[in-house]
Formats: sequence, structure tokens, C-alpha cells
Amino acid sequence: MIKRSFFGLAKPRFEYETTDGVPGEPEKISAPGKAMFLFKGERKDAALLKTGDKIKTGQKIVLYEDSDTYVISSVTGTVSSVSPYVGDFNAPYIAVSVSVDDAEETDEQFADASKDVTLDTAKDFLAFAPGCPSLDVFSDPDRPIKTIILSCVDKDLLIATNPYVVKSYMDQINQGLSILKKITGVDHVVVISSQKMMKDASAIGGASGVELRVVGSEYPAAFPQAIMRNIMGKPLPAGGCCEDMGICFFSAEAVASVGKAFGDGQIPVTKTLTLINKNLKRVLVEARIGTPIRDIFNACDVTVSEKDRIIIGGPLTGSAVYSEDYPVMPDTDAIMIQDGEDVSLVSDYPCVNCGECVRICPAKVPVNMVVRFCEAGEYETAADEYDLYSCIECGLCSYVCTAKMPIFQHIRLAKYELCQIAAEEEETEEEEATDA
Amino acid sequence: MLSQKKFIVSHAPFWHNGSSISEQSYNIIFAALPAVIAGICYYGTGALAVVAMAVSTAILWELAFNLVAKRPISIGDGNAAVIGLVFAMLMPAATPWWVVVTGTFIAIVVGKQIFGGIGGNPFHPVAVAIAIMMLSWKNCFDFDHALMGYELDFPMIIYPLAALKNFGVSAVEGLTAADLIMGKQVGGIGATFGLGLIIGGFYLIIRGFIRWEISVSFLLGLVVTAFLFNMSDPSKYASPIFHLFTGYTLIGAFFLATEDSSSPVNCVPMLLYGALGGVMTVLIRNIGVYVDGVIFAILIINLLNPLLDKIRPKAMGA
Ligand code: SF4
Ligand code: SF4
Repeated sequence: MIKRSFFGLAKPRFEYETTDGVPGEPEKISAPGKAMFLFKGERKDAALLKTGDKIKTGQKIVLYEDSDTYVISSVTGTVSSVSPYVGDFNAPYIAVSVSVDDAEETDEQFADASKDVTLDTAKDFLAFAPGCPSLDVFSDPDRPIKTIILSCVDKDLLIATNPYVVKSYMDQINQGLSILKKITGVDHVVVISSQKMMKDASAIGGASGVELRVVGSEYPAAFPQAIMRNIMGKPLPAGGCCEDMGICFFSAEAVASVGKAFGDGQIPVTKTLTLINKNLKRVLVEARIGTPIRDIFNACDVTVSEKDRIIIGGPLTGSAVYSEDYPVMPDTDAIMIQDGEDVSLVSDYPCVNCGECVRICPAKVPVNMVVRFCEAGEYETAADEYDLYSCIECGLCSYVCTAKMPIFQHIRLAKYELCQIAAEEEETEEEEATDA
Repeated sequence: MLSQKKFIVSHAPFWHNGSSISEQSYNIIFAALPAVIAGICYYGTGALAVVAMAVSTAILWELAFNLVAKRPISIGDGNAAVIGLVFAMLMPAATPWWVVVTGTFIAIVVGKQIFGGIGGNPFHPVAVAIAIMMLSWKNCFDFDHALMGYELDFPMIIYPLAALKNFGVSAVEGLTAADLIMGKQVGGIGATFGLGLIIGGFYLIIRGFIRWEISVSFLLGLVVTAFLFNMSDPSKYASPIFHLFTGYTLIGAFFLATEDSSSPVNCVPMLLYGALGGVMTVLIRNIGVYVDGVIFAILIINLLNPLLDKIRPKAMGA
């Protein structure tokens, strides 16, 4: 990890490095013996799926009658357990484990449906495809999407997943892009690439007229908020989302998934990801969604021991998981293993007002004030007076904090709590409305 | 889910630049050493005793407060040691032991801990202590009185600022900038060796432990104001160089005004804060009743800090 330089007066800079130093050939992980899929939400009665059920590769699985969320099975096998799982912020999940059979069978539902290349088909089957194409955003009549941004870069540092996809799956990307244009009716596509990848990225879209723009090399330039401000010239209002401004983001991998799915009549189930080793050496990995990360460690000869940290995502924004059983998800762009000795610990010191966080914050949030109010639980003040919602969640403030405060965590918790409060208020309002 | 191994689960980011409060404290102490050592060379073991006692009692008061208030022991962060050292640097070498002990008590307990400890103090703890003691035991800060028994090999053996206040500019004409900057003047143990303070301050600035915005604007504010006074009546008001190298000016600019908790973090506020401190210092020296204005100037800008720091850049999307 990068330490504070001797000349601390200068602000630290993080440069995105693209695929330099990453072997071009990915490690292909064979189908796991046991796969797991996570459904967001509380456990309810009357699940449509129970232990002993057979499922096929590519099969769409819905857990409850009335729910919209689904997963696509990446394996053929038998459901061995359905159990609750707790994620970040105690978010409830339901984990479905599957014992994989040797013989693979492919579900035919999508093959039939895919003859009909429409937005509805895509929405019905591709939300769980690698890269998570965000297809729902196109059906909101209040927020018409006018521009698709195709991002060939990864948000966090050290991740080389999307550049690899661009290099290796250009045909699928182009196919996916023309399908996307067709089914959504959106004509304006902006391709975002780093300087080093310009040559590869310029092949995207072929002659069909896409705009190619270069993203800065300094973290967090690849964040959607930064792209909106610096490249699109449409700064997001604090806490706002790109869709409100008629723009939606697709990763190169998501677009490739759309292309692959309709091209083959099969939903892709293999995720590309960057495995970041303890010494920061990186390897690309292709594994099926649902593969326990343990299988990846075994295949890549990574030893993880007690007190190490396993991070899903990158070093500045990822989230640590407590089990090697955790599965590869459609949005798992990276897995990072940190040695127990490198684990940076937070302290319970209060803010000493050194101002390092304020100087490094790319969103100019008065972090020193925000963190005080967040610590005291006064989230509203932090939001109303100190621009809590301007924070783009890059994590740099915690990285430099002299007092080693978990600032980033305070901020995320504050946003989460405010969200809960807002939801509760809405509920009571609704109740009052129905009472009246 | 079965999990045999225990992994560390914590929150992003997973990297830290390795900075810490203790690193900052020990670097401040390191940067203060040239000035402190020069003071000890000039004033001898008396000065050494004051320094040693101030640092150790500051740490002890902090420890005592930690224990009484049942808070985690915080002496390891070095902040108490810094407070003790800076306190000693401002005192004359002949300070009696009970003054040192009381002073560090005020600095640690009244100046810092009752506000919730490190990061909570609205004023520089040492400035609070010195101000209270200046008001209570005037004689302690009458450097001429305090240092009466000392054989000093200085061109002038009275406190320059007091001489200026009492006898006018002509009384300090014999002092050259070179003598002043080398510490050949009467004053606090660690406050007179200007060259050492500048080197220490410069070190802290390039290492990023204090902010140049504050130090530089403080000195500029002081020099410009002193220059204007000097221009208006050179026979009544001393030159900016004199003000720059006497009293607590340099230690104020590098070690007092820059304290994190009581100073702003945004750029414009830091510049205003420092400049205001420099201006106030000269105003108090030239037209106020006190001999040196630095301590009160620091307290005033500390007071204004929260207000000043409201001037900040517009946040993204706000
Ligand atoms: S995570 Fe911290 S540094 Fe990054 S935008 Fe938010 S407040 Fe600023
Ligand atoms: S970096 Fe940490 S200690 Fe410094 S002002 Fe920000 S929150 Fe406070």
C-alpha cells in the first residue's frame, strides 16, 4: 500500500494503472462442486425453491411468487440448502446452495425467448448476467434515458477487469451495443476509456458513431460522479443519480454480456474478475458466478490464513467478507487478499481537525465537520449543513486520516440511517393518508 | 455456512497512509529541539530543569486525568509531551517549580481535557495556560526580573519587548537582527533562537505536520502591520525585523497558531486566521498594555476559528 510520503505537504495521488503487469491470459476456473447464489431480502414462507430441487444451467430462479429479483443458475445440480446470510449493514440475504452434478444441462427458456430481441426479454433474463446490465432504468417514463455511457475502466484501483474484457471480447461488445441501441432506442453512446486503452477502445461501436472520451488517470476519475462532471459536463446534484439526468452507465462487461446472451441464445454465466494477491500481484480469473471464492484461491495457489482479510472489490471501496464460501457475484470485479500484517486498523480517537481529509476530498466535503456530527448521530445536520450527500464514497478521507477514524464508514452509515428514516417517514405518511 | 478460519472483517478503505497522531507529535518535538537545545545552552541547567519538569508533569497530569475520568490512557500519542515542551519553551529559565506544575496542569486539564481531550480544545492549551498565568503571576513573565541572577553574554540583557515598551525604540537600537536570530536576547527558553525555530517550522511544513498557510500568513500579517506602524513614526514604533525576531513571534507562528484543533482547515480561512494573528500581535504590542501580544492574539484567532472556517469551497453538486 502507498504510504505517506516524507514530504507530507504534497497531497498523495493515486493513479489508476490499467492492465500493466497483469498477465493477458486469465486463469479459467472449472465449474465448482458447490455453488451458492445470494438473494437480497428477508426470508419468507412459501419459497418456490426447496432443498432437493433440481436446477439447470441458465435457469432463472425466483424465490418468491411476488418478487422481481431473480438469479440465473450458473450450474446444473441439486439445491442443498436455503439459508439466511447477513451482508453489509446487516442487510439480509438468502443463500441458496447447489450441489453441482457432473453432467451439465442447459435450460432452454432463454433460448426461446431470445429469438425476440426486445427490452423485456433482456430485463427478464439478463439482470444477473456478468457486469449486471442495468436494464430496468429504460422503462421509467419519468426519466427517459438519452445517453448510454459505456465504461471501459474500473472504479477502484488495481482492477483490470473491464480493460481485459475490452481487449478480448470486442465482438460481443459491439454486438451488445447494437442490440442495446436497438432495444432501448437510445442513440447517443459515449465510450469512456483510459489513455492507455485508447487503441482498443476506439474499435467499439465500429462505424455506428460513438463518442470516445478519455478519462483522467487519477483516482477517483473513473467514478460515475467524476465522469459526469469532468467529461459529460453535467455535474450531478448532491446525492442525485445519473439516470435523473438521462444518462446511464454500462460497464464493458455488461454490454458484452448482452451481446453474448443474444448471440448464443444462452445467458452468460462466467464472470471475469481481477484477483489481487497479498503482494499486489494481479491475475485475471474467469469463474462461474456462484463459485465460492475458496475455489479461486485453490486454483490460483493463494494461501489465505487466519487474520488475513478477504475483500470483494478494490482496496479503497471494497467490502470485506468473513467466509471463503462467499460466492462470485455478477458484480464481483475483483477479489483482494490482504495479509494480516498489512491490515490497517482504525482507532477510536476523535477527529483532531488536522484537515487532511478536507484537502484530499475530491467532492470538497467538509469531512472534519461531517464526521463530528456523524459520530454524534446527528445525521440530519451533517446532511443539511455540511454536504454529506456530496460525498461520492471514494474512501480517500479515511485513507489519510491522522486519527485513523473510520470516516468512510461513518459517512456510509449516516447515509444508510437517513435512508431508513426517510423510508419510515414515508410509511407513516402513507398510513396517515389511508387512515384519513 | 461453515468457516474454519477467522478473517478480519472491517470496512473500506483497506489502506491507510500510515500517518498517526503520535508520528505528528514526535515530529513536532523533534522540530522544537534546535530551539530548546539552544535555550539550554544559553541558560544552563535551570532551563533543562524547567523543560524536563514541564514535559514530565504534563504527561503525569494527562495520565492522572485519564485515570480519574476513566478514559483510555492517551499519553502514548505524544500530545501531552508536546504541550509540556511548548509550555516550557515559553517560560523563562528561572521559573519556579510550582509555576511549571501549575502551568502544565492548566494546559492539560483546563486547556485540553475538560473539552473532551485531543481534538476538542477550542484554544491552544498552552496559550490558555500562559494567558491565565500572565494574569495571575505577572512577575513570572517579567523576564528581566526572572532572569536577574543570570550571567548572560548577550549584547543587551533586558527583555527586548519590555525595553521597547518602557523606553522606546532608542533603547533597542543596539540589537542587530543577527544577534536576535541567533538567540542572543532575553526571553523564553525555547522562544529566542529564531534560526532554530525557523528550521523547525520549515521542517514541519515540508513534512506536512503543520500548514504553511497559517505560519506564513501569520508572519506576513505581523511584518506588514509592523512596517506600517514603523513607517508612520519610526521613532515610536520598532521595525518589522525587530518584531519578527523578538518575543513569541516565531514560536507563535510555527508552534502555537498551527495547532490543529484550534485552527481552521480550509485554505482561505487559514490565511485569514494567520494574518489576523499577526496583525493582532503588533496591535497589542504597539498600542496595547501588554509587552507581548502573541498569546492573546492566538487566543483571539482561536476564538474566531469556527467562524472563519465556515468560508469553504462549494461541495460537489451542492
Ligand atoms: S469518501 Fe471521503 S474523500 Fe471521498 S468523497 Fe466522500 S467525504 Fe470525500
Ligand atoms: S483527517 Fe481525520 S483527524 Fe484529520 S480532520 Fe479529517 S477526520 Fe479529523
